[in-house]
Amino acid sequence: MSFYQGLQAETVPFRGHNGDQGEAYYARPARSGKFPGVVVIHHIPGWCEWTTEVVRKLAHHGYAAISPHLYFREGNPDEAPDDLGARIRAAGGVADAQIMGDVAGAMAYLRAQPNATGKIGVIGFCSGGRHTYLAACTVPGIDAAVDCWGGNVVVDDPKLLNAKRPVAPIDLTEKMTCPLLGIFGNDDANPTADQVNRTEAVLKKLGKNYEFHRYDGAGHAFFNTLRDAYRPEQAIDGWRKVFDFFNRNLAASASSIAAE
Amino acid sequence: MCSYIVEKAALVGSAKGRKGWMKIDTANVYFDHPYHSTLDHVLAIDFTNEAEGGRDRVAVELSADSARALIDRILAALASGEAAHAMPGLPAPAVPVAAE
Repeated sequence: MSFYQGLQAETVPFRGHNGDQGEAYYARPARSGKFPGVVVIHHIPGWCEWTTEVVRKLAHHGYAAISPHLYFREGNPDEAPDDLGARIRAAGGVADAQIMGDVAGAMAYLRAQPNATGKIGVIGFCSGGRHTYLAACTVPGIDAAVDCWGGNVVVDDPKLLNAKRPVAPIDLTEKMTCPLLGIFGNDDANPTADQVNRTEAVLKKLGKNYEFHRYDGAGHAFFNTLRDAYRPEQAIDGWRKVFDFFNRNLAASASSIAAE
Repeated sequence: MCSYIVEKAALVGSAKGRKGWMKIDTANVYFDHPYHSTLDHVLAIDFTNEAEGGRDRVAVELSADSARALIDRILAALASGEAAHAMPGLPAPAVPVAAE
């Protein structure tokens, strides 16, 4: 390889919902140049090690990536993210509106950096996939969104809706303004293959710009190398789809590095 | 998909955590994706003292089968332990008694 590889990764302060100051994990290529940005939305258990690996992976592939710590309001920066996540869970979780505000804040952070092209993608996993779908429908300025196995986009049980999560994301689809990529395992219990089909039917009916990829032999979280659910063959192809999608929609300067 | 579904159990007891022993009054119990385990889903229990803010916890993540086995062993330990520690003149322990 003739090109220089390197990245910088660190915790940075950012302004989230209501202007609250929290922490985010930020990684970008170390070489000079301008880079598209990507916001990474972590899953409910918390701001985990795998999430930081995803941020670094995106930076390796030519993106300035940031993952806001969605539970920063719950405790001190030196407290373990999983402990904060446990307290958040015991209190009933975080409101969708607050998470959308934190995503918007992370996007503003990326756009404010001197290395920014101004293009911004969002990717999320599990509950973060659901939040990505919501962001694609409600947060202005997103250029590409990747929902990785987000459950409860289709809500079959109305009891799952409440003050913090008042609307099923599928019911906001008409407002979606950016291209959407969906990655799903056919053995997943949430979302089920049927729910994925119903989501796709709504996207198709409304004429949205989307592409879904479904994988046999894979269930939930099959990208996660730290889990028994990891499926290397499907994950390699899935990541290739993710980078192809981001490169097309965000015009990464380092697209040649992607997918290898 | 992660959820926020939690079963809460009131407790009387103590647990040893990061800062040593502490009184606990609550167990938050849920079956969801783990933070640490490699399993897809775990039965997780967070032992906390919510009366004191619930900031510290003692956490476990168990496979579903081992959680069920643990329930069985807890009941067995209670049955045999309470029988062994029964004192003359005190009420009988709450263990099943065979019909005559």
